[in-house]
Amino acid sequence: MERHRPWAEERACAILAEHQHLRGALLPMLHALQEEFGYIDDAALPLLAKTLNLSRAEIHGVVSFYHEFRRQRPGQHVLKVCRAEACQSMGAEALIAHIQDHLRIDFGQTSADGRFSLEAVYCLGNCALSPSLLLDDTLHGRVSPARFDALTAPLVQEAAE
Amino acid sequence: MSRPVVYIPRDAAALSVGADEVAAALSLEAERRGIDLHLVRNGSRGMLWLEPLVEVSTPAGRVAYGPVSAADVAELFDAGFLTGEPHPLGHGLTEEIWYLKHQERLTFARCGVIDPLSVEDYRAHGGFAGLERALTMSGAEICAEVTDSGLRGRGGAGFPTGIKWKTVHDAQADEKFICCNADEGDSGTFADRMIIEGDPFTLIEGMTIAALAVGAQQGYVYLRSEYPHAADTLRDAIRLAYQQEWLGDGIHGTAHSFHLEVRIGAGAYICGEETSMLESLEGKRGLVRAKPPLPALEGLFGKPTVVNNVLSLCSVPVIMANGASAYRDFGVGRSRGTQPFQLAGNIKHGGIVEKAFGITLHDLIYRFGGGSASGRPIRAVQVGGPLGAYLPEDKFHLPKDYEAFAAQEAMVGHGGIVVFDDRVDMARMARFAMEFCAAESCGKCTPCRIGSTRGVEVLDRIIAGHNREANLALLDDLCQVMTDGSLCAMGGMTPMPVRSAIKHFPEDFHRPAHAQAAE
Repeated sequence: MERHRPWAEERACAILAEHQHLRGALLPMLHALQEEFGYIDDAALPLLAKTLNLSRAEIHGVVSFYHEFRRQRPGQHVLKVCRAEACQSMGAEALIAHIQDHLRIDFGQTSADGRFSLEAVYCLGNCALSPSLLLDDTLHGRVSPARFDALTAPLVQEAAE
Repeated sequence: MSRPVVYIPRDAAALSVGADEVAAALSLEAERRGIDLHLVRNGSRGMLWLEPLVEVSTPAGRVAYGPVSAADVAELFDAGFLTGEPHPLGHGLTEEIWYLKHQERLTFARCGVIDPLSVEDYRAHGGFAGLERALTMSGAEICAEVTDSGLRGRGGAGFPTGIKWKTVHDAQADEKFICCNADEGDSGTFADRMIIEGDPFTLIEGMTIAALAVGAQQGYVYLRSEYPHAADTLRDAIRLAYQQEWLGDGIHGTAHSFHLEVRIGAGAYICGEETSMLESLEGKRGLVRAKPPLPALEGLFGKPTVVNNVLSLCSVPVIMANGASAYRDFGVGRSRGTQPFQLAGNIKHGGIVEKAFGITLHDLIYRFGGGSASGRPIRAVQVGGPLGAYLPEDKFHLPKDYEAFAAQEAMVGHGGIVVFDDRVDMARMARFAMEFCAAESCGKCTPCRIGSTRGVEVLDRIIAGHNREANLALLDDLCQVMTDGSLCAMGGMTPMPVRSAIKHFPEDFHRPAHAQAAE
């Protein structure tokens, strides 16, 4: 199951056209591109520059400023694990060590089988039910290492089938 | 028996511990038993340790059960929960639960009570009364009313909201903007998210009143990308508000127009700083702007702009509905009204506690919070987000008001309180503060951009036991440079957690070094 479409310039142009009427349209455009393709392809930069009448350097400056925008296609599932203080107070460090060990990847990497990308976030607004993580767009609270295994087991299973 | 009404939250925190599974189990079990259930997906009541909290409407009021798992559902039916019968998970009448009963809910009055996406429900609980009154007043009168209420910005800085509005009101321009800062990036804060998910029309109403006050016709909510669920709820609410003419051209037959859009951030903590947020809304890198000019005069796209936090704007409808004096009656000194405090981290009863200013940390942590979740002694609390001070037990008597905290080199901030038990290593927390600043600095000014990285290095040397006294002196000097020389609060306040950790927990900076910590 692929959540994102492969890069397609025509589709990208259509997405940009949909957002061109907005004031300060660059961030909405980048979000829409990432939603569709899972990342911001190199080929998107000149398209954005042309559409918004900006230089490619300016577009690159914005894309690289924000942690959210990826430049590589992510794995099938994106795991965003909270590293902030409230989660730390409830054992986030141990959870993160477990996840990194389990998936054999560090933050910013995708597992060798292409199933999971691991990203660090600072606060998911679930600080009374720490530790927290976002698995794709679903929030999970009170995530122990055992609960993490239970959450991801069906996804590993599904990929194996 | 009439059709039973059961409430189960759609709040992201409740969902994170299985509220959707419980809702599905409730529907399935009701169907199996031939019961026609009316399931309402409300916001959260803010008693997050009880989530998923199921409530049942009874003639005496709503009765609470929680935390409920899908596996408990059949048993709840057997026990007769639909008529409020007792069960081991039962807590009696929701409104009588100590935690809730002893709060003063003004801003959060409807959160968890109503269906967040029902305009009718919102109206039935006093919604839009403030806006209706505002529609009969002049902009200057609205500004004066908000100023009189004593409302101060709930985002951390505590600037009087009415005075900010008056500045924008008095500015001459062809267009003005209302920007809501919903980039709630501070760890230990979730009140913005909860009210957006639990009572989104309050924010829409507050922003519309702000627009009437200053003469703006366009508003933006800058919402962080880490809150996809809140974004969906808010967009739905805005769509409904347009449908029912609470937004758009000619609001409810008047000559006033106001348009509102949600914009999503992109994982940059710094965009919670107001000028960085404006840059981001304009589609640029989130670099902090030098002030002056104030955003009130030259803000979004160079136009006069109101930038307010979610909770400030959400406090406005109740002020307009009940009048300034009713709001001002709450609080102490120059901290008027109520603050939704957020109990987070290692706390037994985490959640929202909306109280008048003046309540002590001790009462919040022990009387409401019930102590630590782990059952171990509480050693430190961080108050006011990642740029806030770490305080030890002997400071828990401090009343929560802006001035009392400032006098202790701490800040109320957004009202977030993160609790740590006795296993916390404060030297590691101080290092984390610098590491966070290095990761999130916008890079515009040197003290913040370079200072934070140097701070991590110096703290690594201190933790490793290298020349500790000299390095602590160096760290103190670096903190002073960051405090005095940074352009905004990011670099300017990162020293607060660092210095407070050293001041109140010096023993953690003098522990025998671990061999592996030395690099």
